[in-house]
Amino acid sequence: MSIDWNAFTPWSALSGGALVGIAAAMFALLNGRIAGISGVVGGLFRPTAGDVAWRVAFVTGLVGSPLLYALFAVLPKPQIAADYGALVLAGLLVGVGTRYGSGCTSGHGVCGLSRLSPRSLVATVMFMVAGFVTVFVTRHLFGL
Amino acid sequence: MLVIASLLAGLAFGLGLILSGMANPAKVLAFLDLAGSWDPSLALVMVGAIAIGLAAFFVARNRAISFLGAEMRLPTARHIDRRLVLGSLVFGVGWGIAGFCPGPGLVALGMGEAKAAVFVAAMLLGMGVFELVERRNPTARARAS
Repeated sequence: MSIDWNAFTPWSALSGGALVGIAAAMFALLNGRIAGISGVVGGLFRPTAGDVAWRVAFVTGLVGSPLLYALFAVLPKPQIAADYGALVLAGLLVGVGTRYGSGCTSGHGVCGLSRLSPRSLVATVMFMVAGFVTVFVTRHLFGL
Repeated sequence: MLVIASLLAGLAFGLGLILSGMANPAKVLAFLDLAGSWDPSLALVMVGAIAIGLAAFFVARNRAISFLGAEMRLPTARHIDRRLVLGSLVFGVGWGIAGFCPGPGLVALGMGEAKAAVFVAAMLLGMGVFELVERRNPTARARAS
């Protein structure tokens, strides 16, 4: 391992992370809910009365956040190296996996670890390890 | 009121993802690439988020209703089972392939990225497949909800 100090952005990472934490805090303290993106979106597939509007509002906020950001700063351009086939495969695995595992980076990683949940700790370790291994295999074994 | 709070939380969450670099798959993959030139930044995203989250959930845990009067719906499940482990592993593989997890995928969609739209469409399809399988299997559904 060699650390890429030129790419290291500690302050934007910490402050952006704190903003994510504030959003999760608001959601827990005001709405009484876990700000888990896969859970919020996944719940729309089993709609019940009174349970749809807040989910749609949260997702609208997420999708609309770049517009708000662009009012104050130049929006960074995401670099997406994966081709369309890889994106379809990745999306399917993320969709199925997060629902079976009851959460993703936000629900288990941010909220679950903040709640000191053993379940979320296990889930976070599992998806981190799978992510590390997948990148190792694709980049270093297959050279993709 | 709850819907407005929800919208604001979604906005703040998205702004945090953009600011932190999580909405950029290249940055996420550089974090997951331990054997390459490793960018540790995203570990600090978790540190920043959890530092705030610890305090918030400490308060939330002891409340029966939220500050807006909503029922607290925080998870109570404690069992560590095969679904949790296998599901998380499958999610991690998908995360490692493209560098997108659900939140950043939706934020990049909002940036007008066609590739993010493809990722999100496939993710929704995956979630739909999960729902169909669950509906055929009532016992699993009861445990999941």
